Amino acid sequence: MSWIVEPGFFASPQVRTAVVIGGLTAVVSAVVGTFTVIRGQSFAGHALTDASATGGSGMTLIGIHPLLGFACGAVAGAGAMEAVGVRHARGRDLATGVVLGVSIGLASLFLYLDTTTTATTGATRHILFGSIFATAPSTVPLVAGFSVASLGGIAVVYRPLLFASVNADIAAARGVPVRLIGLTYLLALALAVGLSSLAVGAILSTALLIGPPASALRLTKRVGRALLTASGLGIGATWLGVLLAYDSADWLPGHNGLPVSSFIVAVIFVVYLVSGVAVRRATRGRVGAAPGLNLDRRATSRHRALHPPGEEPSCSPGS
Amino acid sequence: MTATCEAGTSGGEILAVDGVSVALGGRQILDQVSFAVGAGEFTGLIGSNGAGKTTLLRVLLGLLRPTAGRVRVAGQPRSRHDHSVGYIPQKVLLDPDLPMRARDLVALGIDGHRFGIPRPSRTRRQVVEEMLAAVDAESFADARVGRLSGGEQQRILIAHALVSRPKLLLLDEPLANLDLRASQEIVRLLDWITTDQQIAVLLSAHEMNPLLPVLDRVVYLAGGRAASGTTEQVIRADVLSGLYGHHVEVLHVAGRVLVVAGPSAATIGAPRQPAQCSK
Repeated sequence: MSWIVEPGFFASPQVRTAVVIGGLTAVVSAVVGTFTVIRGQSFAGHALTDASATGGSGMTLIGIHPLLGFACGAVAGAGAMEAVGVRHARGRDLATGVVLGVSIGLASLFLYLDTTTTATTGATRHILFGSIFATAPSTVPLVAGFSVASLGGIAVVYRPLLFASVNADIAAARGVPVRLIGLTYLLALALAVGLSSLAVGAILSTALLIGPPASALRLTKRVGRALLTASGLGIGATWLGVLLAYDSADWLPGHNGLPVSSFIVAVIFVVYLVSGVAVRRATRGRVGAAPGLNLDRRATSRHRALHPPGEEPSCSPGS
Repeated sequence: MTATCEAGTSGGEILAVDGVSVALGGRQILDQVSFAVGAGEFTGLIGSNGAGKTTLLRVLLGLLRPTAGRVRVAGQPRSRHDHSVGYIPQKVLLDPDLPMRARDLVALGIDGHRFGIPRPSRTRRQVVEEMLAAVDAESFADARVGRLSGGEQQRILIAHALVSRPKLLLLDEPLANLDLRASQEIVRLLDWITTDQQIAVLLSAHEMNPLLPVLDRVVYLAGGRAASGTTEQVIRADVLSGLYGHHVEVLHVAGRVLVVAGPSAATIGAPRQPAQCSK
């Protein structure tokens, strides 16, 4: 086992903080991200990650914890997108693009000022690529609070959110306050994006938000199971990424180890590819069966077997 | 300008539309539309594209406030929070990867508007099961709903709408994009809903022929104005000419009804005559 888990892995306080923050972030991203995928709003999700980079870099500039900045930036971005309130898809797409562009512009200005006027030379790296190993244990309560708020918001609007995501017209005719539900979802999304900006960085948080739910939606045809599967996959990928990044310090002599977010994103991508292959195999094996029928349990268990959380992947390409 | 032929509704009056006008962006979409639908009646809302069918349905749903006139459902003014009206919009596109079985979509019709997470309940499952049997959808109840055929999805959407026990079911172009057999099945199902379940159905369509054998009443929309009554009362050259504002002819060809522009169609722009319906 010692070649999988380097000596000192579980004793390291940074690792423990990283495991807690990573786990919470993965669950929140998976739950919110499942709705993002169902609603077809991954572009909006990505725009919010850029808005969170703006907030994080801006707050760093005035000496406030970047997590607050990430969340505030994303909430402001969500507010801006909601305020534009374009009903048709194309206009919404453009509005999202404009918010995204402005966010990146401001973020680059703030990051420039961060690196030139203050001594926080790591700011750019931490904000864009995450700081899960550099986060103080004292941040954990704040992370937990954001997680509870985001998951709680989704739990409260769960049914009407699902209804409005399936078809907004039918939901509105049934009396669902579609706009209010959409705003609640956007706020939950903003918190999720804030968390994942801290864990894997503003640039990569889309991967954590979209990747595990996109794989889960291939593997199951029930929302509850999709949420559980996505959470499991997200946690597995995050912890595995943490482990690999910790191990990677010994891979290259005289090096500090490779960035954890790159590992997390790589694992997520492999999971996504494997889920596609698993589904195609299962479908091919059942010619004549109703589409998607009886597919989910088998594929999911196979997938879980391939990705036990926190262990070496037995599914690296070729195995 | 009202063109109603009140033939009197059988049973209790479920829907009363009284002088409804809608102007959007300076354009008059609906002009003094009045008609009524009784319990268990099958009414066809017929008109070409752009005649105002969807706008009228949105008014009936309480999603759009009319500039004039009023709508009453079961004697009550329309509000968004009463569940006596079921609705199936046109061109519902369900994503093929939507993680939802057909039965889950039906279940959403029971309590999808309520906050919180649903708890499993036997009565809930039973109600869904009965509704799936009623629309003959048991064989594909466990398939991903977004991967069903158009006709199968339409049946699931009808089950979704019926499971909340509405008094009136509104369907916007449910037969568009369906092949002949699927569309016949839907018409049969809707006929059963009206006669057996005593639920009033108001269905919009630009093609009335598949519906003529089962329709109790017709509301014909043209140029924002409506004529209503039985098929015989409304689908007549004089009534429709008055509605269109120019001469049209109603041809009966091989059991089908065709509305075509008459020889003097060049008189478009002539002063419109109020549509007259003779009883």
